[in-house]
Amino acid sequence: MKRDELEKLLKEKARILRRDIVKMIGEAGSGHPGGSLSAADVVATLYFYHMRHNPKDPSWPERDRFVLSKGHACPVLYAALAESGYFEKNILWTLRKLGSILQGHPDMRKVPGIEISSGSLGQGLAAANGMALTARLTNKDYKVYVMIGDGESQEGEIWEASMFAAHYKLDNLVAILDYNKLQIDGSICEVMDIKPVVDKWRAFGWHVFEIDGHDIMQIVDTLKAADEIRGKPSMIVANTIKGKGVSFMENVCGFHGKAPNKEQVEIALRELS
Amino acid sequence: MVEKKATREGYGDALLELGREYSNVVVLDADLAKSTQSYRFKEAFPDRFFDCGVAEQNMMGTAAGLAASGMICYTGSFAIFATGRAFEQIRNTIAYSNLNVKICPTHAGITVGEDGASHQTVEDLALMRVIPNLKVIIPADYYEAKAAAKAAAEIDGPVFIRMGRPKIPTIFDENYEFEFGKVLKLREGKDVTICAVGIMVGVSLEAADELAKEGIGAEVLNIHTLKPLDEKTILESVKKTGSVVTAEEHSIIGGLGGAISELLGKKMPLPIEMVGVKDRFGTSGSIPELLDYFGLSKQDIVVAVKSVLARKP
Repeated sequence: MKRDELEKLLKEKARILRRDIVKMIGEAGSGHPGGSLSAADVVATLYFYHMRHNPKDPSWPERDRFVLSKGHACPVLYAALAESGYFEKNILWTLRKLGSILQGHPDMRKVPGIEISSGSLGQGLAAANGMALTARLTNKDYKVYVMIGDGESQEGEIWEASMFAAHYKLDNLVAILDYNKLQIDGSICEVMDIKPVVDKWRAFGWHVFEIDGHDIMQIVDTLKAADEIRGKPSMIVANTIKGKGVSFMENVCGFHGKAPNKEQVEIALRELS
Repeated sequence: MVEKKATREGYGDALLELGREYSNVVVLDADLAKSTQSYRFKEAFPDRFFDCGVAEQNMMGTAAGLAASGMICYTGSFAIFATGRAFEQIRNTIAYSNLNVKICPTHAGITVGEDGASHQTVEDLALMRVIPNLKVIIPADYYEAKAAAKAAAEIDGPVFIRMGRPKIPTIFDENYEFEFGKVLKLREGKDVTICAVGIMVGVSLEAADELAKEGIGAEVLNIHTLKPLDEKTILESVKKTGSVVTAEEHSIIGGLGGAISELLGKKMPLPIEMVGVKDRFGTSGSIPELLDYFGLSKQDIVVAVKSVLARKP
């Protein structure tokens, strides 16, 4: 596929994910739109271009793994799984309801395509380490992609896991930091700054890329480059905008964990049409 | 002469056999491989052993990831760090998803000895017992530890096995067959049921000998599987004897005493006395001194039995 066609395709996929995110959180009446929207371009690129996976066979041993360590952003993952064909799209509108497979945070035992249950921050990167080790131990060439949050980076376990991945030279592991600069209590730099985050990861022994996390072709090219790094894990610091794509949610801390009301859903869907 | 071996040695020996029998067994430790005995697996299977350094949270998460991708993962550490520091990783990433991680810490209880309270966990059974999906095993000697660690590989899902530091007299032998989830009756008696776990199983058997001299028949049950609890066997025994004494190297809150009290309260309200650590922290000392100091001696069980007999309806 030509680059401009690919970009067009992935932009369209990201738009669909964003619409589904807004709609499903609106239907649920609760959830985390801000960090789901900020991650949409990276997740779209992974699921609709970069990753090797098979929605008809979710447990295919050779598949690439995606771990959403910032589990509260699961609407973006649920949307990507539904759009890929892991389950029927109308299930999205059952999000957070009693009996739904779509729990408030991802449950690997309920949803086909979820690699590990997450939601308690800091734990997904460690789990990704384990999956990357298994690939090595079983001579498989799959890759493990894990997305962590910037607020999540304040958890100690992230840095324990970071040390482990570098120590064991897990070059089949690629982490993406969704660096949207906001957390529940305010901006990252006011609450508990993680700067200089690129230097930190580099000092921990990772190969670090820094990109615009909404520039599709930069995401495409960087994921490819990260796959080729040998001898160390890769970190892609993706600078993003919380609430990206919905004007009244962009850079608004309040939409970290608040659902849009009916009117706001309509406005948002119009903007994303 | 009495054979004395530590339960953790049973873990080390089991890992060697597991490594030979299962190509997908992986072992992690957190800078305590020499203490937990997992270093022996490391020497035999260096490619399948990963030291996580002093970082128990990542160790549990990594174990979950290994299990989620098809491995059977055994993790070592001291019981205080495995269950305390990494409680939430065990709860949220391992147990919630029912992953095949075997949490096998050593140095549980006060018999850590001289290291003192910071390293003596008397809360771990309470912490592990409340987590859904997690099975809880407390071996009573070397042979039971070895058999339980091996049996855990065939149990689908997470298993917690609590082991200790000191060499203790063995009760079983190489032919011992561990039956997961089944209470093991070690001695028949008609007057009182002693439910015991870990090092207190051996101590309870000694106490039963003492009691027999006074004409008191104590039935001794080894509750090696604390969860799921074999309620049927326990209730059958208690129905016969009419009273219970629990004995554990753990807080009397939330562990074996707690579990048996819950059972009796629901199904057969009869008098119970608990031998265990009485809601306090540990302290430095030699192991024999500590067992006396915290009321975990043979004599403490004898006193508890007499006290519960006096309360019998």
